[in-house]
Amino acid sequence: MTLKTVTIVSAIALSTVAATAEEVRVYNWSDYIDEELLAKFEDETGIDLIYDVFDSNELLETKMLAGGSGYDVVVPTGSFLQRQIQAGVFMPLDKDKLSNFDNVWDVIQDRTARFDPENAYSINYMWGTTGIGANIGKVTEALGDDAPIDSLELVFNPANMEKLGECGVHFLDAPDEMMPAALTYLDLDPNSHDKDDLEKAAGVLEAVRPYIQKFHSSEYINALANGDICVAFGWSGDILQARDRAAEADNGVEIAYNAPSEGALMWFDQMAIPEDAPNPEAAHKFIDFILDAQNMAAASNYVYYANGNKASQEFLAEDVIGDPAIYPTPDALENTYIKGPYPQKVQRVVTRLWTRVKSGT
Amino acid sequence: MGRHRLAVLDGHWRRLVGELMRRFLLIAIPYIWLLALFLVPFVIVLKISLSDAAIARPPYFPQFDWAEGIRAFIAELDFENFLWLVEDDLYWKAYLSSLRIALTSTALTLIVGYPIAYGMARAPEEWRPTLMMLVILPFWTSFLIRVYAWKGILSNEGFLNQFLLWSGLASEPLQILNTTTAVYIGIVYTYLPFMILPIYAALERMDDSLIEAAEDLGCSRLSAFWLVTIPLSKGGIIAGCFLVFIPAMGEFVIPSLLGGSDTLMIGKVLWEEFFSNRDWPVASAVAVILLLILVVPIVLFQRNQQKEQESEE
Repeated sequence: MTLKTVTIVSAIALSTVAATAEEVRVYNWSDYIDEELLAKFEDETGIDLIYDVFDSNELLETKMLAGGSGYDVVVPTGSFLQRQIQAGVFMPLDKDKLSNFDNVWDVIQDRTARFDPENAYSINYMWGTTGIGANIGKVTEALGDDAPIDSLELVFNPANMEKLGECGVHFLDAPDEMMPAALTYLDLDPNSHDKDDLEKAAGVLEAVRPYIQKFHSSEYINALANGDICVAFGWSGDILQARDRAAEADNGVEIAYNAPSEGALMWFDQMAIPEDAPNPEAAHKFIDFILDAQNMAAASNYVYYANGNKASQEFLAEDVIGDPAIYPTPDALENTYIKGPYPQKVQRVVTRLWTRVKSGT
Repeated sequence: MGRHRLAVLDGHWRRLVGELMRRFLLIAIPYIWLLALFLVPFVIVLKISLSDAAIARPPYFPQFDWAEGIRAFIAELDFENFLWLVEDDLYWKAYLSSLRIALTSTALTLIVGYPIAYGMARAPEEWRPTLMMLVILPFWTSFLIRVYAWKGILSNEGFLNQFLLWSGLASEPLQILNTTTAVYIGIVYTYLPFMILPIYAALERMDDSLIEAAEDLGCSRLSAFWLVTIPLSKGGIIAGCFLVFIPAMGEFVIPSLLGGSDTLMIGKVLWEEFFSNRDWPVASAVAVILLLILVVPIVLFQRNQQKEQESEE
């Protein structure tokens, strides 16, 4: 055999090995990981990693409920996770297979247990708040130096929004986040399932609707960073990523994130394994890899979201652990609320109101 | 002798069976195709539309269970979801809005497509394959990428607005992206080949001497066009219009990428039911009604095709 044939034969042999090697399919939020970690996972474990992304819980939930998604690890938000557990979508985690399980942070575990009793099915990946991203220059230009950039007044008071509308405002296309915020603005219970309360919240949103350019759950990162819009109501880390991208581009855009002073929604994205995962072994290995203190810290340092991993905190960059927009002070943590899932009937009402807010019909 | 006769009979018999088999297969294949790819999925959707939403996987009840028998299963079904669609004005508004958008964009596509098809059919023969190629070429790129490209063209900082500002035609950027106008542009662009190709096929077959004859008999060029060319390309126009109208009616990708939040289309309503409400039964009911609305134009289209074929034979 010549050398050339040997290489060809071994190349073929190698490729068959690769094809039959272990594989893990992960479905996570967009812009939510340092991609170097993905390569590191493949190097360390020899498992092929297929990493897909989504930008709405609804999309993930529909795949889960249809079954046979083929994913081994998915990352739903707490309130969605709770309902999916009820529907029997997930398998309980085998903690014995998670050597880094002790790294978890009890403060977060206590809160996530409200969605997932005893944290049997899920482990926190990252958490954050939903709040206001503002382009400081444009907002002060529109509203003056005392613009309420840390208050729901900024986005729900039509007088303010009328002026901001001209420089562009995006809201999340997520009724589960926007309705509680509007309820908070009205000083009502953000978890209210009462139809009248929800109607009032929709009224708040409808009043500012004419000044909102778009409802979308991921476009605002770039739009804020490029200076296309001046305000976004969105997720903390996404807005901080926009801040970072603007700083890197050095385009004179200065972005700030503030959790609303009236109270902020605190959410938790949880790693879980679908009941019909093709490769639960590899899924546990992936979760264990993420639970590693240094890996988790690398992910947080990259995406500017806080995580539920106590041990990772010593590896966090100062502009992450030291930033109260990411790791709120204990006082600020008191000023947050957690939202539970809506029952089917209430969900209908909420979605219908949301359609009315968005389309005027 | 007797034996020979038997052999002949046997031969006849075999030929008859063979012929029957051949005919049966010929008819059976399209019917099996229809049954497997249209009727079965439709029955599944219809069945879900008669169920109730539930927190389960899949999220509806009842699931079909052989053990309980078909009668118990059917007893669980009801028309509640269809009543729901009647009660809320969102749905018929969305159907109407889709209908309006589909009709308008079909008309726009015809206005843009007809002159192109006409030009192609009148072009020198050696150019035609190239022109045909140019019409088909965009299909080599993914539909999604082409719609995304339109986002880049139509956005406030996009090529179109930059051109308008540069040329002084507009003093400030026009808001086109995220409006219904952008949806029209998207639909006309995407479905244009489906309009051009059938019209081109009809025009190309046309005999030029008919126009000459009309002009000899005193027609002006314009009236010859109206009285001869248009009627002769009618088949192509009708086929093109249906090919654009039917998919435009249920379009989801174009309105969700290019349209604004106030662009109401039934495809988006269907998405909301399915994804936001997790209400597969109501989503299925919306789909069943959409199909019923579309059955009328589909049947008309089939008739038209049949007539075309008969007139050719």
